Amino acid sequence: MKRRLAALAAVLCMAAASDPSERLPDPAQEARARALFQDIRCVVCQNESIDDSEADLARDMRSLVREQVAAGRTDAEVRAYLLDRYGEFVLLTPRFNPANALLWLTPLAILLGASGFLWMSVRRARASDPAALSPEEEARLAALTNPLPGGHASAQTSPQEQPHLSER
Amino acid sequence: MIAELGAFSLVLALALSAAQVALSAAGRIRGSEPLRRAGEGAAGAAFLAVLVAFGALTVSFLTSDFSVANVAANSHTDKPLLYKVAGVWGSHEGSLLLWCLTLTGFGAAVALTGESLPKGLKASAVATQGALGVLFLAFAAFASNPFLRLNPVPVEGRSLNPLLQDPALALHPPFLYGGYVGFSVVFSLAVAALIEGRVDAAWARWVRPWTLAAWSLLTAGIALGAFWAYYELGWGGWWFWDPVENASFMPWLVGAALLHSAIVTEKRGALVGWTVFLALAAFSFSMLGAFLVRSGVLTSVHAFAVDPARGLVLLAILGVTAGSGFALFAWRAPAFAPGGVFAPISRESSLVLNNLFLAAATATVLLGTLYPLMLEAATGETISVGPAYFNLTFAPLMAAAALILPAGPLLAWKRGDLKGVIQRLTAAAGLAIAAAVLTYALVEPRKAFGAVGVGIGAWLVLGALAEVIERARVGRARAGEVWRRLKGLPRGAWGMTLGHLGLGVFVLGACVETGWKQESAEVLAPGRGLEVGGYALRLDRAGAVDGPNYLAERASVSVSKDGSTVCTAEPERRFFPAGGQTTSEVALCFRGLSDLYVVLGERRATAAGEPGWLVRAYWNPWARLIFLGPLLMAAGGLVSLSDRRLRLGVAARRAAASAKAEAAA
Repeated sequence: MKRRLAALAAVLCMAAASDPSERLPDPAQEARARALFQDIRCVVCQNESIDDSEADLARDMRSLVREQVAAGRTDAEVRAYLLDRYGEFVLLTPRFNPANALLWLTPLAILLGASGFLWMSVRRARASDPAALSPEEEARLAALTNPLPGGHASAQTSPQEQPHLSER
Repeated sequence: MIAELGAFSLVLALALSAAQVALSAAGRIRGSEPLRRAGEGAAGAAFLAVLVAFGALTVSFLTSDFSVANVAANSHTDKPLLYKVAGVWGSHEGSLLLWCLTLTGFGAAVALTGESLPKGLKASAVATQGALGVLFLAFAAFASNPFLRLNPVPVEGRSLNPLLQDPALALHPPFLYGGYVGFSVVFSLAVAALIEGRVDAAWARWVRPWTLAAWSLLTAGIALGAFWAYYELGWGGWWFWDPVENASFMPWLVGAALLHSAIVTEKRGALVGWTVFLALAAFSFSMLGAFLVRSGVLTSVHAFAVDPARGLVLLAILGVTAGSGFALFAWRAPAFAPGGVFAPISRESSLVLNNLFLAAATATVLLGTLYPLMLEAATGETISVGPAYFNLTFAPLMAAAALILPAGPLLAWKRGDLKGVIQRLTAAAGLAIAAAVLTYALVEPRKAFGAVGVGIGAWLVLGALAEVIERARVGRARAGEVWRRLKGLPRGAWGMTLGHLGLGVFVLGACVETGWKQESAEVLAPGRGLEVGGYALRLDRAGAVDGPNYLAERASVSVSKDGSTVCTAEPERRFFPAGGQTTSEVALCFRGLSDLYVVLGERRATAAGEPGWLVRAYWNPWARLIFLGPLLMAAGGLVSLSDRRLRLGVAARRAAASAKAEAAA
């Protein structure tokens, strides 16, 4: 209970703001309304939530949400009400549904796919032991480590780079 | 006359860029030194021509020549000097000219300074840079000409949007474009390397300084933009996950990934294909950003110069350049030899993980930005993707990257000693966890997200310091030895430390500000007050003042804590007659790392019926760090860049050696 009061206090500080003339008398309800505002798009604005926007429509939508909250509707009910009235566009957090599944799952898929790819390449690298060189590689290494005409092999130069220098 | 000179120079620059492509390409194909030199000269001349065009537009703005349509639409005789200059890049046409200036400037820099580059690679890069110049200059000259005349000539201009009349925003585009367009050099070098069919450690070394320069400028540019949003828009927000912000953020993320993967390619010859891919992607994302911002396909709070026809041209440029770049990549990259082998626990692996998270984060931002567009095209359904989506997807990816970050610099190349690294980071990890736990337990109101953020920020800062301590053997060697070691650390190492430190500082600021900001708003009659963040604010008086090109109401609000006055805030509400717009000028009281943010709203009667003003105040704890962090990162990039003399020296020595080898062969 104490935790919940602390959380409420946190939102209360935020709730003190916005236009005082619009505020609901009950601070707890006002706090819920403010939290909802941040996730609802002002449908005529460029890209703003109704919490930020000064547009007239945003003001109307705020009062609509405040009415709903004052009437005791839950957050989900308020969202459903707005969804019904304005369509999916009004929700700033898209719902998880078949149309939006790609949106929500792709980041996870990318992460898993890339991790899988890395895991495979690590296993492949382990399978082919880098310590053992094939006879051809031994021969190539011997050829590469012969002193080059310029004698310029710096500490930075790895063996793979040198043939380019000698080719040119 | 001046405008005609500008228009002429713009077309001249286009011709010179075309010459740059033809001469450099011919020089490369025939192996002809004079042709190559001529191509380089054309690159320098193209830059000078754009500079003249840019100068002509600047003069038109300074002299308020309203016969030029662009000046009439974006300037006003009453505007202060700084904003007349900033007006040059305040519109679509002018900012595209700035883009071209930066593009040809970087092209000239490559052509005239890259003496250590192999001749073939350099000619290909100069030709590619010239081709980019041709595309953008043609777009500027034929579809976005800033020098078009107006008839009849208006008596007064329509002025710049007053929100944009601000010092931070005046400087924001030059930095941002330095970053966006700086990546064009990296793109050209990647295309050149693919044409030449060779990518080696030396190539990665040439790419790195350009990446560092572009990324540092972009970091500073984004930070300036965020700071502007923070104090100009009047509600203290600094990042909205708006499509246009995302458009600038994606090249930044790719640039950050490229910075790290280029190190692996340079030091160990590994990740060659991936580094080239990122080099192509960075500028492609810059162009995608230009398209998104200018075409109006996405609605954004920053919408400017919305014109579908121009958008189509930009889309075509993006398609041609990125398309041919990636096609070349698909054709040539598979032939690249796999580079150095490394163990799963090694610095290479840590950098690969860094790239994995940064790339996944970029893909997430891209998806979140374009998904509404794709869904609407596919099904006709419109949805909105707001901040919550990015907080749920992007933030965890970045948190994971931050958790492994401090270990990376401490791991050895090829095969690292995980146990040793864990030992060296134990203190940092312990302190970071303690910071998170204490924050959770002691700070009211209790916020789990904020506490985790504080822990991650502390972990990054302490991890960066632990790395310096380890390198200098602080506490294990004598003071003189430690000092000698600290002085001996290369600038690149200090740059990395600053960059990582900056990220930690940013995370601390962003999480504390987001978690514990407070807000308060009341209609106040003079003499009345409100409270926020432990401070008492009192409205002393409010009255009218005149500005250079606006009329304002200014309030004087005294701020006190525990009875003693700490500062006087003077927020304003400005009315610009030229455009008929009202803006609010926020007053900031710096309280250490935190800000007290005071906004004056409209005049209104109080509940008791007295005349009063709406006053809003915000307590933004640690908000300074949000902007200090990116500045540290940009400074880190520049410090690292100053290590370039060393790098060029090495390259020059190597070039001299290879010339010797050539002569001997």
